[in-house]
Amino acid sequence: MNKTGKSFWALLADNAVPIVFIVISAIAIPLSGFSASYLVQELLVRIGRNSFLILSLLIPIMAGMGLNFGMVLGAMAGQIGLIMVSDWAIVGIPGMVLAMMVGTPIAAVLGVFCGSVLNRAKGQEMVTGYILGFFINGVYQLVVLYLMGWVIPVTNPVLLLSRGYGIRNAVSLIGIRGVLDNLIPVSFPFMGGVVRIPLATLLVIAAFCFFIVWFRRTKLGQDMRAIGQSQPVSDSAGIAVNKTRIIAIVISTVLACYGQIIYLQNMGTLNTYNSHDQAGMFSIAALLIGGASVSRASIANVFVGVILFHLMFIVAPMAGKNLIGQAQIGEYFRVFVSYGIIAIALVLHAWKRNRDREAARRSLRGPAGSPAKEAA
Amino acid sequence: MIKKFIENAGWPRVIIGLFLLGLFIAAPFVGVRVDTSLSDTLVRFGMNAVMVLAMIPMVQSGCGLNFGLPLGIIAGLLGATLSVELNEKILAHCAQYVDAAAWGAPISFASAIVMALPIAAVLGYLYGKLLNRVKGDEMMIATYVGFSSVAFMCIAWLLLPYKNPTMIWGYAGAGLRTTISVNGYWFHVLSDFLAFTPFGLSHLYVPTGMLLFFAFMAFLVWLFMRSKTGTAMTAVGSNPEFARASGVNVDRMRVISVMLSTMLGAVGILVYEQSFGFIQLYMGPFYMALPAVASILLGGASVNKASILNVAVGTFLFQGILTMTPSVINSVLQTDMSEVIRLIVSNGMILYALTRKVRVKR
Repeated sequence: MNKTGKSFWALLADNAVPIVFIVISAIAIPLSGFSASYLVQELLVRIGRNSFLILSLLIPIMAGMGLNFGMVLGAMAGQIGLIMVSDWAIVGIPGMVLAMMVGTPIAAVLGVFCGSVLNRAKGQEMVTGYILGFFINGVYQLVVLYLMGWVIPVTNPVLLLSRGYGIRNAVSLIGIRGVLDNLIPVSFPFMGGVVRIPLATLLVIAAFCFFIVWFRRTKLGQDMRAIGQSQPVSDSAGIAVNKTRIIAIVISTVLACYGQIIYLQNMGTLNTYNSHDQAGMFSIAALLIGGASVSRASIANVFVGVILFHLMFIVAPMAGKNLIGQAQIGEYFRVFVSYGIIAIALVLHAWKRNRDREAARRSLRGPAGSPAKEAA
Repeated sequence: MIKKFIENAGWPRVIIGLFLLGLFIAAPFVGVRVDTSLSDTLVRFGMNAVMVLAMIPMVQSGCGLNFGLPLGIIAGLLGATLSVELNEKILAHCAQYVDAAAWGAPISFASAIVMALPIAAVLGYLYGKLLNRVKGDEMMIATYVGFSSVAFMCIAWLLLPYKNPTMIWGYAGAGLRTTISVNGYWFHVLSDFLAFTPFGLSHLYVPTGMLLFFAFMAFLVWLFMRSKTGTAMTAVGSNPEFARASGVNVDRMRVISVMLSTMLGAVGILVYEQSFGFIQLYMGPFYMALPAVASILLGGASVNKASILNVAVGTFLFQGILTMTPSVINSVLQTDMSEVIRLIVSNGMILYALTRKVRVKR
């Protein structure tokens, strides 16, 4: 095989997932019958809403810890911040900032806990983080459903359940709804409609991207990349492996906390017991659809992923309805794809890693190696 | 001696066991009937035990905890729905051999198992082949294989050409309902077999048939694990390199174990449904793996070692806590904390096992 052919196939194989999604979207968009201006508007809203959460996944991947399923811990911390701010009735940007300030220490503590647990389960970070999410979800429910209004002072009757303690299932965030999105109002006419841009949110996301670019070049960022390459080598090079891994998770958790606050200020309502559940799954699916793998992810992956994933999010139910007459099928298809894509990405990664490991072992044996192996 | 017992049983089991005992002791003082609670615990034990048993083969062969249990459950659901769909034909066919009126329900239930097993075997085979490619990451991938297969089947349940009017949506005339009653087919077919209420306590219902069925399945697994294949499987789980050196086909053993786990999962959900009375489709099987995983770990299994005793002890403790906490804690605190306690205990157990494994390895 010649060189150009090989690189073409390699390129295709590397980007197989985004390509498949572009094809699915290309088929589904005309079927859904949505107008271009509607799609662009929806996409802009969703980029603003979700990008920050997805970006928070990048740093643990850099440190070789895989997809941080423990990011839901950060989301929960953010939600606690929002509940407290709603109780204190602080609105607007100050409310959001205060929610972040309340959420940060909680997220940091949870991050340290998560990092320490993951350090005890090296090689199983993802499944451990995933179960940890469920575990902390239990603790979160204990706090929000029983301790708030009883041990933790929450007095606003709009928030509390009628029994006097515990937070209601849905909390209206009317005070901070859209405050960041509408901080700098910009809109322009586009193909027969008017598209509004959540400029301030996008600026915050851009600032975050610059932070990540800058962070990669710091000493700490370089340490993390080294650990991502090889833990034993980093260890002998004098990098405190465990400590650095914990820092990576803490940063990710705190950022996920901010991400969830930005997400919820756009949504305007907090589903106290469900909002965080989906944050992790959808963010991870979007990142993988953007062409990232368990060990390699870039900022470009985030934005490609958020666009493709949410494009499908918007068009799949309508396309399903127009094609088969049942919106439900499109809905289930979307769920199937979200989970399927994570499964496939994990399989491809593990498969490749095992093959690489096998190849490395063969190369150690040398060319004269084992004749028995060749005979078999 | 107490110290030795605690060491053998392990701290988590002792604590949870004492907690459960405390709940049973406290129950009468807060107005909860002990006999009803005990009966509920037994019923739930019987309902879930076979699904927990489905963990054993995969754990023993080193494939880790079977988070992909929903795959086996799907096979069971297919068997269950098919048995309801084809109920009349099957019974008409069997009527020439036996008395259909007396044997209708058992035959129908048996047909569900018979139809579920090959589906489970095929799915398990493919699933096992997949897991062989991803050694070291089985648990995470199993989770998502389970999830995506459940989501895929959501589409299939809508589209499959089932005709039985008790199963499909009335107004659309197509697509299966979210819950299908098995009343009139094989409701309580195992549970009520030889069921009795001992000591004249009318509230203490013992689902003998279901417990016997679990004992039978456990015996089969026990027998299998002592066969040549079973021993080889355990060897693969304990030390794959050593097993390969002794001439065991590692990949083949792993595939067999996954098939077995999936098939047990299929039978497990059928046992569950006949007691519960409903077939739960769509997102029903979604989170069913976690309680089963937590149960066997609570019983003292680790990520790569599990026994029948672990299954029995773990399921009893787990289901006992699930039954007792809502009633007792509810009466004491006037709130229902069972869901929160379930989340913390079950996931705490899984976390404990995942982090403990590494420490042992070092």
